[in-house]
Amino acid sequence: MKKIIHCLSVTLAIISLSYLTAGASDSLKVTTPAGIVADADNAGLKLPNGFSALKVAENVGKSRHIVVTAQGDIYVKLDRVVNGKGVLRLHDSKGNGKADNITGLGNYGGTGITIKNGYLYASSNTEVFRYKLNAKNEVINLDAPEKIITGLGTGQHPSKSIVLDNENHIYVNQGAYSNSCQEQDRTLGSKGKMPCPVLNDAAGIWQYSADKLNQTQADGVRYGTGLRNVVGLDWNQQTNSLFVMQHGRDQLFQNWPEFFTEKQSAELPSECMYEIKKGANAGWPYIFYDHIQHKKILAPEYGGDGKKEGGKDAIDPVVAFPGHLAPDGLLFYTGSMFPAKYKNGAFIAFHGSWNRAPLPQEGYYVVFVPFKNGKPSGDSEVFANGFSGLAQVNSPGEAKHRPCGLAQGPDGSLYVSDDAKGTIYRIIYKGK
Amino acid sequence: MKQLIPSLCLILVLMSFQTQPKKQVLIKPKTAVVTAAPAAGMKAVLLRGKAVYLQQCLACHQADGGGVAHLNAPLNGAAAVVGKDKEKLIRIVLKGMKGVDIDDESYNNTMAPHPELTDQQIADVLTYARNSWTNKASAVSAAEVKAVRAKIK
Repeated sequence: MKKIIHCLSVTLAIISLSYLTAGASDSLKVTTPAGIVADADNAGLKLPNGFSALKVAENVGKSRHIVVTAQGDIYVKLDRVVNGKGVLRLHDSKGNGKADNITGLGNYGGTGITIKNGYLYASSNTEVFRYKLNAKNEVINLDAPEKIITGLGTGQHPSKSIVLDNENHIYVNQGAYSNSCQEQDRTLGSKGKMPCPVLNDAAGIWQYSADKLNQTQADGVRYGTGLRNVVGLDWNQQTNSLFVMQHGRDQLFQNWPEFFTEKQSAELPSECMYEIKKGANAGWPYIFYDHIQHKKILAPEYGGDGKKEGGKDAIDPVVAFPGHLAPDGLLFYTGSMFPAKYKNGAFIAFHGSWNRAPLPQEGYYVVFVPFKNGKPSGDSEVFANGFSGLAQVNSPGEAKHRPCGLAQGPDGSLYVSDDAKGTIYRIIYKGK
Repeated sequence: MKQLIPSLCLILVLMSFQTQPKKQVLIKPKTAVVTAAPAAGMKAVLLRGKAVYLQQCLACHQADGGGVAHLNAPLNGAAAVVGKDKEKLIRIVLKGMKGVDIDDESYNNTMAPHPELTDQQIADVLTYARNSWTNKASAVSAAEVKAVRAKIK
């Protein structure tokens, strides 16, 4: 089942209509602590009826992924260290939802952060660390992390997003150090390498033990391959499987103008959600997914012309979105604060595009996809918009905020991080 | 392939061209006649440079020259773009570049080499980049590009 946003403007129109009717049948359950009050302007966000938002913190640094403890503290992974710290702990001592006590640990920038089985896991672009937590989910020894994975390669997609399953494995993204495996990267008419050597040590998700020290890539298992770059990923507890959001390749028009128009290049390839089971292949660089034709299309580097199909051995996406929206955060919502339709559905933070010119840029919002029994059960909709502060983004540098990470609070609040200005948002539902 | 100039962008650029000579007149009224001829020549160079920019550079470096955080280096305000070392700049266009760190920010995307552009096209687009947005620096000539190309070969 592939529910697709064919046309964002139409979808937005439908969503704005649905705002008017949403929430009518929802109960008036108020599960958020009474002291949590939304900002008067909803933190600048546009949300469905009954939802509101507040800024937990501002200007904390370029905030990539985030995780919230059972006590409501937020750990933020910073892209770059600020005052020598690459992980922040945001604590709200007054119970008003605003972080008033910010401390730090870790002297490395990076993207990945998660909590599982009494440990805080955090990644730089080359290593993964973990810190033992106490009963209040506070790091016991700030200066003595265990290094569980080391020596990971970087390149043009260096983020090491991480997630754990329920059997003490950690999954780490290893992004492709190439756009489309051309002999000369991102170069007009340059053919693809055959076979693509990048697949040997990148362009996939590697599985490691979550508690062995100093593992290298050779100690891991290439769990899923043919994934150009994954930043948003989550373990779906309902299906007990890994879901990832792939960043699709760039520059179809710039490198292959004989096959693609600028407009096609702006819309393609699809940004895809995949369910990754062990050994799955999503097809990069040989194919890309086209949500307009609903087909896996042979990449032009490998003889494709925008119409020829390929990828017989490649899996189909679970959901396909328009091109270049840059899905950086994925979260399956298991909370009870939001209305029933949100339960077990997927929130996706779209960081926002840079290569849809001459069309306006797109993304810069959080999308929701309803799920039932582990499969999408309805159309995607823009859930939280307004991060950019602009009606239209022409260049990504103009956007005031860019959503990146997602986390669920113990009360079911949804947290969103911003890696442009370092705002941490909290979205709550109080009904009508 | 060359159509699709974002209209707003074009208008802004045209506006800036219109205001530039006025500024010069205000600052140096006595040399206005002398600078008028080079300014007209410069205008043509910038228009040619912009055409190359739209086709070759815009997708990554953006209409505002701001680049893309994490990925593509900014040109507006970049020391390497407005600096005195023109050879370094010309080399980047001819040879491409693999990621760069600027002001505590990493830009990780590969920049493709562009040896297929003529000396004049490279001179024009670099002059354009050195004199657009908030940038103001001396022009790059086709002869300078030719000299660097000869060194590389």
